[in-house]
Amino acid sequence: MSAIGISKEDIKTIMNNEQTVASNPVASPKAAAKKAARPAVAKRPSALALKMRAFFQWLLPPIFGLLLMGAVWTLISHQSPNLPGPVSTWHSAVELFSDPFYTNSPNDQGIGWNILASLERVGLGFGLAALIGIPLGFIIGRFQFMSRMAAPIIGILRPVSPLAWLPIGLLVFKAANPAAIWVIFISAIWPMIINTAVGVSKVPQDYMNVAKVLNLSEWKIVTKILFPFVLPYMMTGVRLSIGVAWLVIVAAEMLTGGVGIGFWVWDEWNNLNVEHIIIAIFVVGIVGLLLELALTSLARRFSYE
Amino acid sequence: MEKIVQEKYVQLENVNMTFFTKKGTFEALKNVNFSIREGEFISIIGHSGCGKSTVLNLIAGLLQPTDGNLFCAGREIAGPGPERAVVFQNHSLLPWLTCSENVYLAVERVFGATDTKDQLKKRTQAAIELVGLAHAADKRPNEISGGMKQRVGIARALAMEPKVLLLDEPFGALDALTRAHLQDELMTIMAKSGCTAVMVTHDVDEAVLLSDRIVMMTNGPAATIGDILDVELARPRKRLELAEDGHYNHLRSEVLKFLYERHAKKAA
Ligand SMILES: Nc1ncnc2c1ncn2[C@@H]1O[C@H](COP(=O)(O)OP(=O)(O)O)[C@@H](O)[C@H]1O
Ligand SMILES: [Mg+2]
Repeated sequence: MSAIGISKEDIKTIMNNEQTVASNPVASPKAAAKKAARPAVAKRPSALALKMRAFFQWLLPPIFGLLLMGAVWTLISHQSPNLPGPVSTWHSAVELFSDPFYTNSPNDQGIGWNILASLERVGLGFGLAALIGIPLGFIIGRFQFMSRMAAPIIGILRPVSPLAWLPIGLLVFKAANPAAIWVIFISAIWPMIINTAVGVSKVPQDYMNVAKVLNLSEWKIVTKILFPFVLPYMMTGVRLSIGVAWLVIVAAEMLTGGVGIGFWVWDEWNNLNVEHIIIAIFVVGIVGLLLELALTSLARRFSYE
Repeated sequence: MEKIVQEKYVQLENVNMTFFTKKGTFEALKNVNFSIREGEFISIIGHSGCGKSTVLNLIAGLLQPTDGNLFCAGREIAGPGPERAVVFQNHSLLPWLTCSENVYLAVERVFGATDTKDQLKKRTQAAIELVGLAHAADKRPNEISGGMKQRVGIARALAMEPKVLLLDEPFGALDALTRAHLQDELMTIMAKSGCTAVMVTHDVDEAVLLSDRIVMMTNGPAATIGDILDVELARPRKRLELAEDGHYNHLRSEVLKFLYERHAKKAA
């Protein structure tokens, strides 16, 4: 009961405050005019100062976020002695990244090599998925029959967890590396098929009427109308796909072994090097973020608006 | 030798149009009969939703009638074709192409087989100049005003050198001044090109000013032709002079009477 009373009072004070704030300039327009007439240049912040302020306002929240994450991490690491804190992880990272491209043995290579190996697998699997998924999406979106035909296949296969495809890959390819690429392929293909198809099915009837009146060939329809319209949808699919691919590669590599960031995490777990595991988490996150940013800027470049 | 003008250049015979939708069937048009002389400018006027666009889309070949026949230049209309160019209500320009690219797409389709690339470009340029948009040829549709977009739509249609120009409320979305300006330009262009035109409109003044005949439609469902009004006003027509003209005002009131007395639309 009392809480309600207090909040009502609060509202009243706030309202009064607002009124006073609002009435200030109205009450004395002449005074304001006088002030403006006087050389009050020094009082007004310069354009540069305003820009600086906007920049810091833009920068501060993410920095606070990162600091908060660091604080929580430190707190937890103090409670649990097995978990290294930010400082010891940092030292370990500096050491690790001072020589990222060494090769001692096939199973003991620098972090740089591991990241590159994972990126290569993702690139191959994702590239193949784009090569097949995007044209498939166009066909499915363009022809009702194809869309009905594809619906049950996509409906059944899409919800399958990516790693469930690994045994099939190992069975068919009889090698770990192509099996990992296969897993990336099969998990990255769905967003591209679906988003492309949705884009094609959303092409406004007006544009298709233009195509009909002009009697455009199927090739012209695809290149001049469908493709430019669908591009933003397609890029959304591509972005989702690369996100999924990068999520899946770590898990797939843990199972297949070899060189790669996923296997590296597993190896460091076997060595009980927890600092390196935490570093790997950051590396995976940052690389994923960079991939996402790169594709977002690419998408913006291609958008016609 | 004078060209023989075909009296029934475009012909609609007992045209019925029924739409089959999820909610059931809807009889939009019933027994629509009329024909258009070669070189004539026809307006179709009627209350919103009566089926004006449906008639236009039937002539364009974008729709097929459930019953009846449509002919153009003596041949049955089997589908859309570049000899019946359409100016769409919402301009329907492709936003990722510049104005001239939008026009070029149409020119290339119609004349690509017979003309050289240079000739195609010249045709495009000529069409853009015809509607007074040379300065905006390389702009994208979202960089120009609504009136300019509609002009590009007209240029695109005219560049195809169609036999019949179909316009679906071409100036409906424009402000009154721009509309008047474009109406005057359209009159000049049509006088020059001499092609047959069918324009859908709900603007009484526009219909009387531009048309040789006004086709007035009854309200749907099962809409049909209520009356056809001959507009015997000498050309070229000047809107200021016509405003004082007794015959013009008589025609105007005929259309108004049709719309608001004989076939008044009940409030929804
Ligand atoms: N594709 C369609 N499917 C179902 N009904 C339609 C379709 N097109 C038009 N109609 C109906 O036919 C009638 C006439 O439509 P339309 O020709 O667009 O009217 P107008 O152009 O005169 O405003 C309307 O009642 C509309 O709802
Ligand atoms: Mg309409």
